[in-house]
Amino acid sequence: MSESRAAKGTHEVHEAHAHLGFVRTYIFSTDHKMIGRQFLFMGLFMLIIGGLMAMLIRWELAFPEKPLPVIGASKEFIDTGEPKTSMDQTWAEWLSKPESEQNWLTKNMPMGAITAPLYNSLFTMHATLMIFFVVMPIMVGGFGNFLIPLTIGARDMAFPTLNMLSFWVGLLSGIIMLASLFVPGGSAAAGWTSYAPLTAKVEYTGVNWGQNLWCISLIVMGISSLMGSINYITTIINMRAPGMTFFRMPLITWSLFITAILLLLALPVLTSALAMLLFDRMLGTHFFLPEGGGEPILWQHLFWFFGHPEVYILVLPAMGVTSEVLSVFSRKPIFGYRGMVFAMTAIAFLSWVVWGHHMFVSGMNPLIGTTFMMTTMVIAVPSAIKTFNWLGTLWGGSIRFTTPMLFGLAFVSNFVIGGLSGIFMASTPVDIFIHDTYYIVAHFHYVVAGIIFAIFAAITYWFPKMFGRMMNETLGKIHAILTFIFFNATFFPMHILGVGGHMRRIFNPLQYEFLHPLQPVNVFISISAFCLGVAQLIFLFNFVWSLFAGKRADRNPWHANTLEWITPSPPPHGNFDKIPTVYRGPYEYSSPEVAEDWLPQDRRLETTTAKGAH
Amino acid sequence: MLNWLPEDVSTYGKEVDSLFYLIYYITGVVFLLVTVAMIVFLIKYRYQEGRRAIYTHGSTTLEIIWTVVPAIILILLAFKSQAAWSHIKMNTPPGDVQIRVLAKQFNWDITYPGPDGKFGTEDDLPRPGDPVILDEIHVPVNKVVRVELVGKDVIHSFFLPHLRLKQDVLPGRTILAWFQATKPGRYPLPCAELCGIGHSGMLGSLIVHMPEEYAAWVKEKWPTNEKAQ
Repeated sequence: MSESRAAKGTHEVHEAHAHLGFVRTYIFSTDHKMIGRQFLFMGLFMLIIGGLMAMLIRWELAFPEKPLPVIGASKEFIDTGEPKTSMDQTWAEWLSKPESEQNWLTKNMPMGAITAPLYNSLFTMHATLMIFFVVMPIMVGGFGNFLIPLTIGARDMAFPTLNMLSFWVGLLSGIIMLASLFVPGGSAAAGWTSYAPLTAKVEYTGVNWGQNLWCISLIVMGISSLMGSINYITTIINMRAPGMTFFRMPLITWSLFITAILLLLALPVLTSALAMLLFDRMLGTHFFLPEGGGEPILWQHLFWFFGHPEVYILVLPAMGVTSEVLSVFSRKPIFGYRGMVFAMTAIAFLSWVVWGHHMFVSGMNPLIGTTFMMTTMVIAVPSAIKTFNWLGTLWGGSIRFTTPMLFGLAFVSNFVIGGLSGIFMASTPVDIFIHDTYYIVAHFHYVVAGIIFAIFAAITYWFPKMFGRMMNETLGKIHAILTFIFFNATFFPMHILGVGGHMRRIFNPLQYEFLHPLQPVNVFISISAFCLGVAQLIFLFNFVWSLFAGKRADRNPWHANTLEWITPSPPPHGNFDKIPTVYRGPYEYSSPEVAEDWLPQDRRLETTTAKGAH
Repeated sequence: MLNWLPEDVSTYGKEVDSLFYLIYYITGVVFLLVTVAMIVFLIKYRYQEGRRAIYTHGSTTLEIIWTVVPAIILILLAFKSQAAWSHIKMNTPPGDVQIRVLAKQFNWDITYPGPDGKFGTEDDLPRPGDPVILDEIHVPVNKVVRVELVGKDVIHSFFLPHLRLKQDVLPGRTILAWFQATKPGRYPLPCAELCGIGHSGMLGSLIVHMPEEYAAWVKEKWPTNEKAQ
């Protein structure tokens, strides 16, 4: 047992930090673990908002231009003007006020029905929040911060103050983004890709400060992630414990390391593109406006040159998490550890040369499309390697179906679907048809929204270490199974819509006669999505309840090998009683050298005696 | 999933669809193999009292196999796709019929060159000064139609789902596209790229005529010219 070791080490380190007071401990903390938790809470909060936006989008697509339940006006009131319900009376009262005194609801959803401008805002902000303010803060900001020092045996990040700033700047950027929902003209409404020239002139969308704040928020977010990535890279290169060679690092740490490098290189490209867009909007430049000699397609090149590495910034840590839980709960070394590292490295390099596959029909020279089809086909190979190695890890294991394992397995199976559906779009002729349809919406939700399974795997797996308590396993498993079922019921039928020619980003599918036969599919998807949303209440309850009343966790509840599990749960300031020395790789499960089926990285074996131990 | 594809009424639609089917079958087989393997492993290797997991760090041979085999399949797919791509997008044939489509928020503005086959001349339809023609394209069946796509404000996307044609329209540029319809009828022409608050509902029609019907339409539009195309 891990308790038998190291528990009574030297305590000077955290004693020195023990009297920081409330503000320095919980708010302006420089402790990487607190900053990690702060990022996690910010991400979960944004997940709720982004998720509710998705519910509104699905309502609109299933029941176009119908008032929402509960807050919407009744059909009788809309038809006759006679208020029936108390909500009708409220609407009548609100709508009777002069325009200057009307509230946000009457402007954006009169009678409780979503309008086209609001719909465009909703899908724009849903994607923006989910990508930049949910997956990135939770995976990179939250687990990156929490896990990097712990898994490499360091006491903190290389630059703790910079780390703290990274969170607070990130929070500021989130606040700016949320504030943009309430400015006159509404929030950004040109898609999360914000294609110019639609975004380059106010009159094209009617959105003024919403779009400006969107740009400013993401520029600020870029500063936050720059500070984070520099910190991660420096920490991993310089602060590994004795014996922790690069090839003894857990795959989650590798994935965060590679992600940090991608972040460092990709975000500045976005920042420059955003600055150019802001100049076009506010200073009268013409980077993207053809009437002044600008080039509309330049925005797409810049955006996707950032955007494709960004996809891997999102998915690499999810792959890292999956590798951890699959190995731990199969009680087996990860299959092909070095292959996994090389596959991630290959993905990182190739991610810079595939951006044009977003632009096959953009008007870019078709010959360049051919080149990007080739590179895109090639980048599918390392993803295939990872999938097969995960399967290899399961083979011959002794599999424990814990909550994190269920989520890890769900991530793998959704990633398989998302990976395979990507091949359709890689083929340029097929992409002519399915580009900008629901097929692509299905594809990227399987990959990017599928990351939610890795997020849940990570939260349920590291919860004991982060908060010192266990989450409820029964509720966890129910949540995992329901989420898996409703996720697939929501996103799989979107492939069918796309194959039927259903465009994305349309406000009312019933405006198109050829889409009428597909409308029942839309209704089915929306009902599944609402169920998916409701199922998350189980998680919310389990998370909050376990935070205060979960069973106390010991140091190593999962019998895992990596260094974070030798620290107390939760680890004190300074993490380790004594900096550990590392003797082996992270995945020595079921090793014949010991009687137990795990062998921590820091346990020293007297090889001669250990061999005859059992 | 296959019968969800809209009816194909263009000459090159078959190339797109057959690639779609090919990838569908390949990925379908891979999906089944992976899923079956995963389920079998999960059942066979579930935790059982007294059984210890196999201690192995992997197999280089297996890893090489599952690197090389997908790589070969994917590269072959890319080569196979290239023929159709080049046919549809890279080698625009000379058109039997020409049209110009100006995309703007939130309509397709159509111009026909008239009997002389040149745009910007007196016999254009609509004639200089006449009201614009919105959202309706008339073409003959079985003829190559060459489309000049011109943008005015933001990016739009010219999408003919039944003809398997999609091409973004950029302001400040002329982009060429082509198709050859094989069946008369009326087909939707939605905009496939978000173009503002009126994007949803930006919808035109492509009307493909039988030869005699098309001749009658031409005669109606250019009554004085017998040679009109």
